[in-house]
Amino acid sequence: MSMPDFLTFAALLAALLLATPILGGYMYRVFEGERTVFSPVLRPVERAMYRIAGVDETVEQGWKGYTVSVLLLALVSILAVYAILRLQAGLPLNANSAPAMSPDLSFNTAISFVTNTNWQNYSGEVAASNLAQAGGLVVQMFVSAAMGLAVAIALVRGLVRRSASTLGNFWVDVTRGVLYILLPISIVAAVILVWQGVPQTLNAPSTITTLQGAHQTLSIGPIASQEAIKELGNNGGGFLNANSGHPFENPTGLSNFLEMFLILLAPFALTYTFGRYAGKQRQGWVLLGAMAFIFVVGAIFLMHVEANGNQLFPAGVDQALGNMEGKEVRFGSAVSGLFATITTDTSTGAVIAMHDSLTPIGGLVPLFNLILGEISPGGIGAGLYGMLVIGAILSVFIAGLMVGRTPEYLGKKVESYEMKMAMLTVLVLAVSILGFAAVATATQPGQAGPLNAGPHGFSEILYAFASQTANNGSAFAGLTGNTPFYNVLGGIAMLIGRFGMIIPILALAGSMAAKRRVAPSLGTFPTTGVIFGVLLVGVVVIVGALTFFPALALGPIVEQLLQNAGKVF
Amino acid sequence: MRTFVTQQLRPAILLLLLLTLVTGVAYPGIVTAIGQFAFPSQANGSFITVNGTEVGSSLIGQAFDQPNYFWGRPSNAGVTPSNPAGYDGTASGGSNLGPTSKALIDRITASVDQLRQANGNAPIPVDLVTSSASGLDPDISPAAADYQVARVAAARGMTPDAVRAVVARHTTQPLFGFLGEPIVNVLELNLDLDGLLTTKS
Repeated sequence: MSMPDFLTFAALLAALLLATPILGGYMYRVFEGERTVFSPVLRPVERAMYRIAGVDETVEQGWKGYTVSVLLLALVSILAVYAILRLQAGLPLNANSAPAMSPDLSFNTAISFVTNTNWQNYSGEVAASNLAQAGGLVVQMFVSAAMGLAVAIALVRGLVRRSASTLGNFWVDVTRGVLYILLPISIVAAVILVWQGVPQTLNAPSTITTLQGAHQTLSIGPIASQEAIKELGNNGGGFLNANSGHPFENPTGLSNFLEMFLILLAPFALTYTFGRYAGKQRQGWVLLGAMAFIFVVGAIFLMHVEANGNQLFPAGVDQALGNMEGKEVRFGSAVSGLFATITTDTSTGAVIAMHDSLTPIGGLVPLFNLILGEISPGGIGAGLYGMLVIGAILSVFIAGLMVGRTPEYLGKKVESYEMKMAMLTVLVLAVSILGFAAVATATQPGQAGPLNAGPHGFSEILYAFASQTANNGSAFAGLTGNTPFYNVLGGIAMLIGRFGMIIPILALAGSMAAKRRVAPSLGTFPTTGVIFGVLLVGVVVIVGALTFFPALALGPIVEQLLQNAGKVF
Repeated sequence: MRTFVTQQLRPAILLLLLLTLVTGVAYPGIVTAIGQFAFPSQANGSFITVNGTEVGSSLIGQAFDQPNYFWGRPSNAGVTPSNPAGYDGTASGGSNLGPTSKALIDRITASVDQLRQANGNAPIPVDLVTSSASGLDPDISPAAADYQVARVAAARGMTPDAVRAVVARHTTQPLFGFLGEPIVNVLELNLDLDGLLTTKS
């Protein structure tokens, strides 16, 4: 890990910290319906959409109404994407002659994009038409990201409102999220990406004769528009199979920096939005501090081990560039490790390096990020609601137990109902990840999946269900996932991971909204200081480690020990 | 509850349709229009044209194994018995072999032997024996280019310094000194050596 790698990381953090208050404050104004710089253009569009769709933007919903709306939009979306994927062969804009996807693959893919996961058991070059990608999948990249934002804002409103029965209007929140936040940033980012070399065209792939006389077909398409929202919306679904490692998705050092920035932008800024709602910015900075701590430690560790190379490579190979298997020269091994950390700290799952080929203990970092439930800083919206529930609520509860007082957060008492909902979200993640991984490890169709032998094969299975449950979408991609077994189980894991979190969280939000605010007393544990930040990190890491340590020990940890002993499989 | 759900079904369907118009039609349309107008070469794939014929994209690597050309990285994109060299533009991807995979170590050992036969016994830069993430990596490191200079110079009857001068023309340093890695674009370098690159500096 060299000086330029440090500078890249430092510049990224500086850019994010600069953008956090700007975008965070802007998002607050958007979700509170205040006038913004884009209002003259977008407000008429917004009102027309409500009129056609029959939405009364002045009517707010209680938590049940909000939840039903979330689920209905998800259901309609899954059916729409499923239909497009099944029918794409006969629909227009199929320049690469993609055939219809099979029922189980369409099931997995539709759920994958609607749940913000973007797990891909298909290759975009040959298996998805331009219409399916731009008109079906990209639409869900916007909608699923806005859904995450909406749920996070609803939870925050629940935490800060007093004796209230409503959380906002889901249709309004999701529409504003798309129009005012995701769309303008995506347009600017996509144009920059085109400038850097990302194609944006509806022309058919082009076949050329290479310098040595071979034929090469180059897959082009509307790639830049998908790439921008793919990172900003923490989606991760690549237009092309190699994802952001493909030179057409990510051609330069600058495009790579922009993509890393876009991934972390909204999750960072949302903590500021939260502080704004809470009436005290420090409430947001503490959450961001805890998230960023976990992120920075993981990133530096992974950058370091990847830059150190693989000691099993034969003598005579000069490994000054580090472990370059599955990595691109223009990014290098350390920054590839940084990207792998970022993509799994959020719910993105875009990759510039093949995670399957990371060093054994290096591969532990993305896997650990996933099983923490992605809260460092987490997916768009999902990171904030995850950190507030798994982190903050659980932390004040544990602190309350230690001093023997009813815990409070933001002046609201945290009682048994809230704890049940919070624990539900923790358990749902663990049951889905460990349960499905156990089923796959113990059955023939599951065992048929892994490419690699030994503990690495188990890591591939564990990673698959951790990634899908956490709605990430990155993979130890040697796993053959396009089978009915993995398509169906993965689809169910993604639904559990998304809505098994959202439903209890909205229930918790509704319950908190109805409470009165109690005045802080001497016994109130302050949630704006360093001690609370340390407690947050401790709770999150310990809950994750205790739940998953046995599984991690059987995968990356034992593989590292065996590699140290010089063993290959 | 039932009427409540049906009431919500209308916005679910109609808003999805409207959002599809905005994000699935207008958004890619706007980006395509701006991209094609402002950056037509990049928007269409950064193709390199020689005498009116497209010979490749400056962003996509090609397979090279002749001694008079610089070689790129091992590729795992669409490797089949009829296309052992990979670099298939419709099948991007890496090997996905794990760090303790015997297949990986055996493959690298074979690459080492092959490179030594062609280039002598100097230490081999790691990018020449590892496959890239995309299988289409257009670049090699400056060290990997330097490692091949003697072979290319001998095959072309040029002096090593003359070859190094051409390599230097296609070496890109990181932006601001730290964004990205130093890279050598293999296709542009080989085109230049063949005297086919007229406009590129």
